[in-house]
Amino acid sequence: MKTKRLLVTAAMLAAASALAACAPDAGGGGGAAGGSAPAANDAGGNNASNCTNTISKKDLPVVTFWGWYPNMQLVVDNFNKQNNEVQVCWTNVGQGGDEYDKFQTAISAGTGAPDVIMIEADRIPTFQIQKALVDIKQYGFDAVKANYSDGAWKDVSIGGAVYGVPVDGGPMAMIYRKDVFDKYKITPPKTWAEYEQAAQKVKDAGGPLFGDLGANVPAVMMALQIQKGASPYTYDPAQPESIGIKLNDQASKEVLDYWGGLAKKGLVGTQDQFTPEYIAGVVNGKYATYISAAWAPGYLTGAGVGKGEDTGKWAVAPLPQWDSANPVQVNWGGSAFSVTSQAKNPELAAKVAYGLYADDESLTDGWTNQIIFPLNLKALNSSEFVDLKVGFFDGQQANKEVYVPAANAYKGMTYAPFGQYYFDAMTKQISAVIDGSVSGAQAADRLQEDVVGYAKEQGFTVQ
Amino acid sequence: MTLLVKESAASTQEKAPKIRGKVRLREHLMGWVFVGPFWLVFLALLIAPLAYALYLSLWQKKLIGGTSFVFLGNYVKAFTDPTFLSGVWFVVRFSLVAIPLQILVALAMALIVDAVTSLFTRFSRLMIFLPYAIPTVIGAVMWGFLYSKSFGPLTDIFGLFGAPAPDFFSKNLIFYGLVNVVTWQWAGYYMIILYAALQGIDPTLYEAARMDGAGKWQIALRIKIPLIAPALLLILVFSLIGTLQFFNEPQILRYLAAGTIAPGFTPNMYAYQQAFGLANFNYGSAISFALGGVVFVCVYAFLFFTRKRRSFF
Repeated sequence: MKTKRLLVTAAMLAAASALAACAPDAGGGGGAAGGSAPAANDAGGNNASNCTNTISKKDLPVVTFWGWYPNMQLVVDNFNKQNNEVQVCWTNVGQGGDEYDKFQTAISAGTGAPDVIMIEADRIPTFQIQKALVDIKQYGFDAVKANYSDGAWKDVSIGGAVYGVPVDGGPMAMIYRKDVFDKYKITPPKTWAEYEQAAQKVKDAGGPLFGDLGANVPAVMMALQIQKGASPYTYDPAQPESIGIKLNDQASKEVLDYWGGLAKKGLVGTQDQFTPEYIAGVVNGKYATYISAAWAPGYLTGAGVGKGEDTGKWAVAPLPQWDSANPVQVNWGGSAFSVTSQAKNPELAAKVAYGLYADDESLTDGWTNQIIFPLNLKALNSSEFVDLKVGFFDGQQANKEVYVPAANAYKGMTYAPFGQYYFDAMTKQISAVIDGSVSGAQAADRLQEDVVGYAKEQGFTVQ
Repeated sequence: MTLLVKESAASTQEKAPKIRGKVRLREHLMGWVFVGPFWLVFLALLIAPLAYALYLSLWQKKLIGGTSFVFLGNYVKAFTDPTFLSGVWFVVRFSLVAIPLQILVALAMALIVDAVTSLFTRFSRLMIFLPYAIPTVIGAVMWGFLYSKSFGPLTDIFGLFGAPAPDFFSKNLIFYGLVNVVTWQWAGYYMIILYAALQGIDPTLYEAARMDGAGKWQIALRIKIPLIAPALLLILVFSLIGTLQFFNEPQILRYLAAGTIAPGFTPNMYAYQQAFGLANFNYGSAISFALGGVVFVCVYAFLFFTRKRRSFF
């Protein structure tokens, strides 16, 4: 009897310890990378034992970092090699929305966020209003201030506070298929009216679609509306509870109507972008143009566009304008490195944010492979960068002719402090415009109503 | 059983109560040790999170103004929120179409596999069951490619007849596209349950029916189906609960058709978006509980209307 009981108890204990073993090991002992640094004892996303990169200088303090640039591994290794004060422990937790969802959850949980995080400039207000980001002005801003343009700093600043270090920008332009343009004898349209005429001409001649209106890229629609003079949000950080929302002004309505009209006439496709379906269409020459940002060639190359038989078929021209006498340049995407308020040592984290992707070797790798359009003036002003003959564009000097002038003319914008909601709502309305259930103007009105309702519910005073 | 034995033993033996009390206490403790791990896991991983979510659902957190207690405010909001209501309406409609279809397919296949015995049917049984063994996420990705106009076979098949391929990612057809994915995934599983129930029927019944002059169809309709009614009811309830909580497939296909599948497409997706996309854990929890209420009402109503055959509970 007694031995039996002992056996049972032993079995229970074994089962209990097996259960306990299922729990993640938060002690920092397990990781293959072996970052047994002083700051390693932390849970979740802050766990320095889960680095993707290998840290060789094991005695130095470690700063955790989330980011998704395709050459991140190289950039992080460069930083760690050159730095003798701090080491970066990098994880890629997903691109864009996937990362923001994880970061958002970590903010709500109060734990699990990394020390430094890569976020797109348009998301900075969303996280700043939740006090999830740290103002890094006091941690060595003056030393690097001259490395970036004022416009670049404006996009990552709110009021006088700096919430990120700019890395890359997304000046927008029109990428197009040279072979299609040659075949149908059209020249790159300079205005949106010409764009529509050219589209009609290609369609009448039995050619491919001229472009694409994707419901899942609301940021493009926002940029195109801003190009026509819309200013969706006005927002004074000194009074965070008060916000101006203007999503249904005349300019916004006209741009939505313009694209809705193109789609209705069958001049542009209505495929979601960044999907295999869309890329297959781009590869097969289904779209004559792609209204996109400076990082697009790198993305398209990575997805297999412009290779083999298709080599050298692409070229780039400035973004068509509404008023060619007063051109306006806009931006899509582009990211910054921000320090989160969960950082153990903000000063050390700020050093990483300022220093990462700022060395010549990383920057050069970034722009030669068209992974980034650098905002660091060391690269942006270098003649190698400006004069680069871009392989994707068949040797066209794309930076000199299109992207650098566009970046220089870009004036910065004010983003929403609830970017996720705004973009989701915009996607819904673009989708409604595409299926024809509302006109562009109606969609803008509905969007306004929707977003204003959300803002009020969240406690804002809407002006 | 053990309880009965113990009680009778207690009433007959009245000697040495002290020793008996000790034994009982020890047995009691042993019982707790055995069920302890279950309760530990049950409380920690089910009851505690549920209680916490319920607690969260009674509060409201704003970007400006912080957290406040709103009691049932979030629930009032949910049941007047057009996005939530249209999500509920979608899953209810979806259940009305997808569940009967799945059950019919499963029943037909189970009857065939049961009636015909050969090496081929054993092989088919395995093949029909196979989709269930594929994780829903992988299945959804796979169908995403099959529906694709560029990669999928639809363009070629419809091209043979000179017709354009249907776009299952469009607003009009996404419903049927999802019905197809779900039926493909689950019909095999339900077939196995029904097949097991069919195998449990006493074969002498068939013999008796044949002696009375029943044909194959009559045996299937008048003997087999009535006898497996409890199993049918069971899978109906399973599929009803599962379908009302629809999440995986639309959430995956959203990456291919964000315009068609909005974040509030189904109530569960809406709860996910509120909690993890918009950091509104409070409203997300309220939606989850509201959905739980809807599921409860639907299942209760279903069981109420079929109560005569409720032999499996």
